[in-house]
Amino acid sequence: MSTRDYRIYDHPIIDFRRGRKITFYFEDKVIEAYEGESILAALYAVGIRIFSWSPKLSRPRGAFCMIGKCSSCLATVDGIPNKRICIEPVREGIRVYRQKGLPETPNVKQIEELDTVEVETDLLVIGGGPAGLQAALTASKLGLNVVIVNDHYKLGGQLVKQTHRFFGARQFNGGMRGFKIAEMLEEKIRKQNNIKVYTQALAYGYFKGGIVGVAVRGPKPVNLLVKPKAIVAATGASEKGLTFENNDLPGVMGAGGAQTLMNEYGVLPGEKALIIGSGNVGLIIAYQLMQAGAKVQAIAEILPKIGGWFVHAAKIRRYGVKILTRHTITKAIGETHVEKAVLQMVDENFRPVPGTEKEFDVDLVLLSVGLTPDTRFFSQAGAVMKWIPELGGLTPIRTRYLETSVEGLYIAGDAAGIEEATTAFIEGEIAGLSAAIKLGVDKKEAYERREKLLDYLWNEYRMSPVVERSRIGKLKATVSEEEMEKIRRGL
Amino acid sequence: MGFKETGVITPRELEEKGLLPPKERLEKGPVVIIECPEEIPCNICVDACPFNAIIMDKIYEIPRVQWDKCTGCGTCVPQCPGLAIFVVDLSKPDKALLTLPYEFKPEPTKGAEVDLLDREGRVVGKGKIVNARVYDKTWAVTVEIPRDKWLEVRGIWIPRK
Repeated sequence: MSTRDYRIYDHPIIDFRRGRKITFYFEDKVIEAYEGESILAALYAVGIRIFSWSPKLSRPRGAFCMIGKCSSCLATVDGIPNKRICIEPVREGIRVYRQKGLPETPNVKQIEELDTVEVETDLLVIGGGPAGLQAALTASKLGLNVVIVNDHYKLGGQLVKQTHRFFGARQFNGGMRGFKIAEMLEEKIRKQNNIKVYTQALAYGYFKGGIVGVAVRGPKPVNLLVKPKAIVAATGASEKGLTFENNDLPGVMGAGGAQTLMNEYGVLPGEKALIIGSGNVGLIIAYQLMQAGAKVQAIAEILPKIGGWFVHAAKIRRYGVKILTRHTITKAIGETHVEKAVLQMVDENFRPVPGTEKEFDVDLVLLSVGLTPDTRFFSQAGAVMKWIPELGGLTPIRTRYLETSVEGLYIAGDAAGIEEATTAFIEGEIAGLSAAIKLGVDKKEAYERREKLLDYLWNEYRMSPVVERSRIGKLKATVSEEEMEKIRRGL
Repeated sequence: MGFKETGVITPRELEEKGLLPPKERLEKGPVVIIECPEEIPCNICVDACPFNAIIMDKIYEIPRVQWDKCTGCGTCVPQCPGLAIFVVDLSKPDKALLTLPYEFKPEPTKGAEVDLLDREGRVVGKGKIVNARVYDKTWAVTVEIPRDKWLEVRGIWIPRK
């Protein structure tokens, strides 16, 4: 275990406000941490890079998604196995053990008997990111009672790690830094006394009668059964992986995962990085790594053109970061952690060209090769889905008012197809308005506002050529009210 | 190769896109150069300008500067989410003043000597900070640079002590 402290103390944009210093046990060793950190972030900060071992081949697993979507960091915490320690807050005195393969059956005596609590509400919002929070605020302001459930212990979704100023229009939070938007939204949410927020709360199933089961973890665990009149599910997305030799070595991480460590917890994910993919996420993470004091060796892009917006590319080129187009990663090298990585040029069929290998000295390989909507809740609820490559994969079909084929179940944000933050706010508001209208809020302003938003979204914002791909995708996912009725009746 | 292949826009491309101020305007005094050649859905600069010198009909249009209305005040420089706005002042005979956004540590201080970087990050000379103001953690730094480098320098690097 290294004795180096990987926490960031001097940052141009973020003042890391760390909580009280506490200690916990990691495999019987005492680890110092700060309240508010995730267990994984606290371990990463003291140099631990392996968080579990794979079941079959006992390969080491590092941090990957950092938002509770993958299974790289399953550990046993206070005797309870399969905890995703990236979304588990560190607490005084807890005992954490890494898992080698499948864990033992938990000792049931260690799990307190759970109370089941039934809650009735007008609107259930699943997901506390930009789309979910906007939907909740919108509906609550129209007088609806709202319950928000969020799997992370903090609200804000991916906004909390966005240090750059958002693009777009001022009325949709353009010009504000992402994490500031998260703070602002959370404050607004807290002020609405008709919104009840459950954090560390995972919506695990949709049941007969439209009841949603929610596992509320944390200090007071309960089995929450929510009976809402409508649901907005804004469940976000997860990062895609990429196939290459040793792609599972610790140090190969989702770009967003690195962002979480670095910008949410103030822990440096590595010192020398290679970034795979030049979309906006890849370009932005390169800039943020430099701001945190890390080196970016290069960005590899398999296509002949840079994927993201020119301004983001220009920002890092200005500081000497190379963007290698027509290049991909073919190998990571290392025993327990990435020590080197190899890039290769590709031909017109994206096949690596022999003899073009370039080796880089890196401890971090960040994958920013796209996101895929997290639509597990919709699938289980029986929503009709469609595979739409432009949106990142499988996503439910919906009407322009964002209602899915499950009546009363609305969708917004990245779950509805990968797009931009501005559209997450707008879709969240449309979904909130639609749910309210469906539940009988008969206000002229609600209808007018919804039409205005739809007009802006489809006829202005999405007409930008740089977002064409997602516009095409969203068009493919949207069906008319009549068509949706036919689909619902199985015609 | 164009800017979408390289991440670097050339003076020629800037010219072709109509993003460079006319020569007469440049010599009159400070004026803005917005290096934003793509139709991004963003209009923060339009709202930021106190003189309504930046126009855009639809949110995704390329920002257009009305050169006669721009005073080169630089209010827009640290507000642009793309960090794509610069102010150039060629009114002095022996030097140029360049205002650019800066978001790194250490913080810029007046009088400090800095490395001047071109659009590819190459060090192309030394400059001196003559002014630095901050807006929500983004600095708008004005540096004195060699006059012939006004279209070349687009970044600074402040050496750590």
